Amino acid sequence: MLKRTPLFEAHQALGARLIDFGGWEMPVQYSGIMEEHKAVREAAGIFDISHMGELSVEGASSAAVLNASLTNDVSRLEIGEGHYTQICNERGGVIDDLYCYRTAEESFLLVVNASRIEADWDWLVARHGGFDAAGSCSLNDISGERAAVALQGPKSAALMRALAEGACDLAKNRIGSFAVSGLEQPVWISRTGYTGEDGFEIVCGNDAVGVIWNRLLEAGAKPCGLGARDTLRTEVCYPLYGHELTEDTTPIEAGIGWSVALDKGDFVGRDVLARQKEQGVERRLIAFKMTGKSAPPRPGYPIWSVGDAAKMIGEAASGTQSPSLGVGIGLGYLPLEFARKETPLEIEIRGRRAPAVVCAKPLYRKDRTD
Amino acid sequence: MSANVPSDLKYAESHEWVRVEDGVATVGISDHAQAELTELVYVELPEVGRALKAGEPCAVVESVKTASDVYSPVSGEVVDSNKALEDNPGLANGDAFGEGWFFKVKLSAPEEVDALLSAEAYAAQIG
Repeated sequence: MLKRTPLFEAHQALGARLIDFGGWEMPVQYSGIMEEHKAVREAAGIFDISHMGELSVEGASSAAVLNASLTNDVSRLEIGEGHYTQICNERGGVIDDLYCYRTAEESFLLVVNASRIEADWDWLVARHGGFDAAGSCSLNDISGERAAVALQGPKSAALMRALAEGACDLAKNRIGSFAVSGLEQPVWISRTGYTGEDGFEIVCGNDAVGVIWNRLLEAGAKPCGLGARDTLRTEVCYPLYGHELTEDTTPIEAGIGWSVALDKGDFVGRDVLARQKEQGVERRLIAFKMTGKSAPPRPGYPIWSVGDAAKMIGEAASGTQSPSLGVGIGLGYLPLEFARKETPLEIEIRGRRAPAVVCAKPLYRKDRTD
Repeated sequence: MSANVPSDLKYAESHEWVRVEDGVATVGISDHAQAELTELVYVELPEVGRALKAGEPCAVVESVKTASDVYSPVSGEVVDSNKALEDNPGLANGDAFGEGWFFKVKLSAPEEVDALLSAEAYAAQIG
């Protein structure tokens, strides 16, 4: 039996097409991926992200505990601030990528991937066993009681006025607790997202999410599914766990070394990551674009070098048609010698190779769509 | 969903339609199929001259997120493919039974057509 979010019936009522996403019955699209994608790039869309996990970490030693396991430096976070970070294994491989918010001096909220809640929990408990032994740090999985939605797009702030006027003043990566009329409990609202557009993510109780969803729909947000969420994030080259990030890829290889604080003291995976940063990596996550008329690339498609000594050099970690650019795009790990911008490639599609080229990341930028 | 199912065509359970004229079958995908697939961004068609067996995957349609096979409902040799559709896959979304045709097959076993679904039976299948 697939898990359902509190918005399941709302999705059905909107005629959503539902799919199994990591054990959750989630909307992949409502009116169509193209339309939903466009709404987020040009206006505002709303996504149900209630499947995502929330872990709460509290207590006097919470910052120290988190800093021993997360790649970024939580001591740099002000109250009401969040940042992107990872949990790595000893090999520097990514156990999960997540957002860490400091909600009070000694309180942190971790928003993690749905498929990794258990892995994160087990890892953190194994590393820091007896979380509440001295009462100095407690870890709680509050995923089951929490729902979440993402409001994304250039008109998000205007629509947010219908929900919580004060949240419109949040700067990027800031989080706050806001009262919403009609709801007894305040909700967490952050200025974050996974689309490359301005927007907010709202974390609330399971029974509150219907009110929030409906109010944002009434304000004009277009319901958007996981299909558009994926094309939007691929265009701006945000990694997706299980595709670009796994326990066998490191943040340095993935090009997200900016979220690894090597100067903060020891943490799991630091040795490997520090060495990679100093000595360089053997492969890097690159973005590519199809250059001729071809089918769109898909995850798992082989990537070839070109020329007389052409050989298979990697495979696509993600691949899709880009609704904004009108061409096939993808991400994949390649040996350094092929990772330079403008390196010609070929993508093998059903046994035939089609031309592509390594591009700068992100593939899509508002002010630059060439 | 109330899809359009023209009564003068025959259908495959895998959602292709067939129109036979002078021993040549024109094949496409149904209105229901294009609606399920959503906006098509790429179409790959069989080459002229290729011999097809009924039930064989011989074309591919791609939407933003997925690639799907299209099967030949009949056996025979491909005698034409729709170049306009390759240039503009949206034709299959806009006019599934007309401009959006996929390929034409010179029938080698015309009796196969009789075994395909009637419009009524296909309409019942897609509910």
